[in-house]
Amino acid sequence: MALKALDYDTLNENVKKCQYAVRGELYLRASELQKEGKKIIFTNVGNPHALGQKPLTFPRQVVALCQAPFLLDDPNVGMLFPADAIARAKHYLSLTSGGLGAYSDSRGLPGVRKEVAEFIQRRDGYPSDPELIFLTDGASKGVMQILNCVIRGDGDGILVPVPQYPLYSATISLLGGTLVPYYLDESENWGLDVNNLRQSVAQARSQGITVRAMVIINPGNPTGQCLSEANLREILKYCYNEKLVLLGDEVYQQNIYQDERPFISSKKVLMDMGSPFSNGVQLVSFHTVSKGYWGECGQRGGYFEMTNLPPRVVEEIYKVASIALSPNVSAQIFMGLMVSPPKPGDISYDQFARESKGILESLRRRARIMTDGFNSCKNVVCNFTEGAMYSFPQIRLPPGAIQAAKQAGKVPDVFYCLKLLEATGISTVPGSGFGQKEGVFHLRTTILPAEEEMPEIMDSFKKFNDEFMSQYDNNVGYSRM
Amino acid sequence: MRRFVIGQAKNLIDQSRRRQLHHHKNLSFVSLIPPFSAPSDSSSRHLSSSSSSDMSASDSSSSLPVTLDTINPKVIKCEYAVRGEIVNIAQKLQEDLKTNKDAYPFDEIIYCNIGNPQSLGQQPITFFREVLALCSYTALLDESATHGLFSSDSIERAWKILDQIPGRATGAYSHSQGIKGLRDAIADGIEARDGFPADPNDIFMTDGASPGVHMMMQLLITSEKDGILCPIPQYPLYSASIALHGGTLVPYYLDEASGWGLEISELKKQLEDARSKGITVRALAVINPGNPTGQVLSEENQRDVVNFCKQEGLVLLADEVYQENIYVPDKKFHSFKKVARSMGYGEKDLALVSFQSVSKGYYGECGKRGGYMEVTGFTSDVREQIYKMASVNLCSNISGQILSSLIMSPPKPGDDSYESYIAEKDGILSSLARRAKTLEEALNKLEGVTCNRAEGAMYLFPCLHLPQKAIAAAEAEKTAPDNFYCKRLLKATGIVVVPGSGFRQVPGTWHFRCTILPQEDKIPAIVDRLTAFHQSFMDEFRD
Repeated sequence: MALKALDYDTLNENVKKCQYAVRGELYLRASELQKEGKKIIFTNVGNPHALGQKPLTFPRQVVALCQAPFLLDDPNVGMLFPADAIARAKHYLSLTSGGLGAYSDSRGLPGVRKEVAEFIQRRDGYPSDPELIFLTDGASKGVMQILNCVIRGDGDGILVPVPQYPLYSATISLLGGTLVPYYLDESENWGLDVNNLRQSVAQARSQGITVRAMVIINPGNPTGQCLSEANLREILKYCYNEKLVLLGDEVYQQNIYQDERPFISSKKVLMDMGSPFSNGVQLVSFHTVSKGYWGECGQRGGYFEMTNLPPRVVEEIYKVASIALSPNVSAQIFMGLMVSPPKPGDISYDQFARESKGILESLRRRARIMTDGFNSCKNVVCNFTEGAMYSFPQIRLPPGAIQAAKQAGKVPDVFYCLKLLEATGISTVPGSGFGQKEGVFHLRTTILPAEEEMPEIMDSFKKFNDEFMSQYDNNVGYSRM
Repeated sequence: MRRFVIGQAKNLIDQSRRRQLHHHKNLSFVSLIPPFSAPSDSSSRHLSSSSSSDMSASDSSSSLPVTLDTINPKVIKCEYAVRGEIVNIAQKLQEDLKTNKDAYPFDEIIYCNIGNPQSLGQQPITFFREVLALCSYTALLDESATHGLFSSDSIERAWKILDQIPGRATGAYSHSQGIKGLRDAIADGIEARDGFPADPNDIFMTDGASPGVHMMMQLLITSEKDGILCPIPQYPLYSASIALHGGTLVPYYLDEASGWGLEISELKKQLEDARSKGITVRALAVINPGNPTGQVLSEENQRDVVNFCKQEGLVLLADEVYQENIYVPDKKFHSFKKVARSMGYGEKDLALVSFQSVSKGYYGECGKRGGYMEVTGFTSDVREQIYKMASVNLCSNISGQILSSLIMSPPKPGDDSYESYIAEKDGILSSLARRAKTLEEALNKLEGVTCNRAEGAMYLFPCLHLPQKAIAAAEAEKTAPDNFYCKRLLKATGIVVVPGSGFRQVPGTWHFRCTILPQEDKIPAIVDRLTAFHQSFMDEFRD
């Protein structure tokens, strides 16, 4: 009798355990409904172009020329492409070893990594070494590579903020490590609660876990908060004292919607702190072309920069990168363009500046519209989206709703989000997908729907929410923090 | 209007290839510089060229959490020779060549270590790049001037593809399995190739074929008690991936004497052996056409393999990335899916994963990172897990997805681009076949070297019957004999190949892998240099 080749029972447990709600149950249900003809507004993932944001013109021109270099030979190319795009395409092609179709160095094209280093230097005021910058197929791959290096087994713990972007929990699960949560304080605008941090670590250690790394997402996802310089110093000191490598997810560094706390990189703060911290704290910083005002998610372009990792470790990371041969070259060019965009005086500068500004200013307005919209709803409280691309309102579910959810076999915020989806077509991600305090419920939505559509979306949400709350309202004790 | 890559653009790419600007420094030579301390002012400093480790820490510092001693041991364990030691040395030599031309008996490094055709002058297929350019910058489709620069069918195809992408947003994350319309095209292409239907829901598009292999290893391997049967010699993605996921590689030896034949008796033997050691063998990996060995399996062989997997309850992992690289008239590519279906086996009979990539074939688009796996014979709960894993990375790059669909649905007779497409394709494939033959003949002429023909793929894997003196010299240098040979070859000729130990081989045998990819006009010089080197090597070490 033939043996069963691969059934569910014999799968790697780590795979079964891992969860990634961003494309989980709600998304699958929304896709089903879409197939049935219902209009769905996908606000489940930070995917700007899917919601109408246009790509920036200049990078697309440059990459198109790199895709089809024969265009550069045509005398009429100037009719379709501005001279600076043509020049830039030639520049990037000259950095490759055979155009877009050849594997590059496994760490990425040296010329692009140099441009990234220059960008980091301009941003932070400290030198950056291209040899310590690796380009990756999206920042997510970089996160996975670093965590794969750090996690040896379930005895290794990684400090992750809660709520968190579930790439971290999913990857830690897949790698067989242990997630050590530290809760952000919703009442303090999702600020860092150092006591909670210490408690979490102490508890993990008492269970025999070696806490190896700390993840910060700045600006936060799903929470949107921007860390203050003081906060960053505190975190870096903590990592120094506790011997943790800091993983700084900074993919939203260009999405800042308030002026009190501009973005400061972890690297800059670390260098500002001087010795012993600046050479004693290990740091890996992540960035991407998917967010900011570029929103080029589909390109899969990212990088990480390593600080204070021993050369032999860098070598090992390089070795593992080489197994995947190289990151995709088109995205590397996008990355080069992102870190060295058109400058004043360039032919394309005005259009580029206009497009960029337009997007960022609109995002700022939408962050406000959404926050205010949620706060006007019954039993909904929402912190302002200081940065990133999301709104993470707290939904205070009445006991009747929680009861109904239980009966339906659903986690309460999943129940709410499914009802929201069926009623309005708005596809969100339940807060349980990101982690939250026990008994407190949220949902994550993006601020990305088109500005003109926002008022209608918020009205639609309010109508659903307020009806839902009335339906399940029994005036006896609400979920709240 | 047809365009071929000519003139200035090609020159740009040629120049960059000649310069081969790899700024890689050999990391094992990084000096340990005392920790860098930042003064309190934040003005920028200049890094001296040798102090790149200012930002990196001393290896001997044990107060840091992440050091060589404390990282994941599976990372330390895994190896990937294709971009390993020899390549590091080559890159150093290349740097040195710029300033020290006279110190070397050659004036350029020729990289024959990696299947990277376009880095050695192979041109991309024009039609494919036209479509990709139009999808990159869609405003082109609204300009009348575009019709003067692009073929009409590339414009048509671009529109078709864009209409399959929601909102025509090529910069958005797609469905985690890849854009549905593109998967439809791939499924159609598979059906046209095999004569058996393919389901677009079985297709998972990935950034190259390699991530798909990793996903399957992740799924199949829970501990070192899980084994994966791999051909020896093998492409070291498999050994590295198994090591990274903590599994056990169960080797099955291909038979060099019979053209790298795959013997079922050998499979059975290795399977039983592994099981007797308490290993649960979960899958059989087959690379067809083979890498590094280049053999194309006979259909009969394939049927035996299918039956073997069915009987033993193994997942068949069919690496078919070289399916379009066949150089001999007496062999044809048959996909394992086609073979299984021809035998009457369906979803319930065989769990099969087939891998394809845009990196090889006649398109050679390595840098695009495009590929897919077709997953059949799994229950829906298992497929859900595969989907879940794919979703954590959101999706593969869109440009690569588009290219994957193009290679599986290229121009057809009657299409505007068909003539030039076929000319380009045939030109590349016939050239590859010629180069395979020329290099194989040259290698077989060398004293003590035997080389099976490259029936497919992109490599030659000659066997070196090294004299005892050479083996002793290698041992004295504490290196494997084939590694010793390859290093000597590099230093004498500038030719970079990969020692057979990087692919594994029958113990006591030595090989190296050389690609057939340098442009045809370079082949005579390569043959001459290789022949001269080998002659002098044998003169030095002949017993």
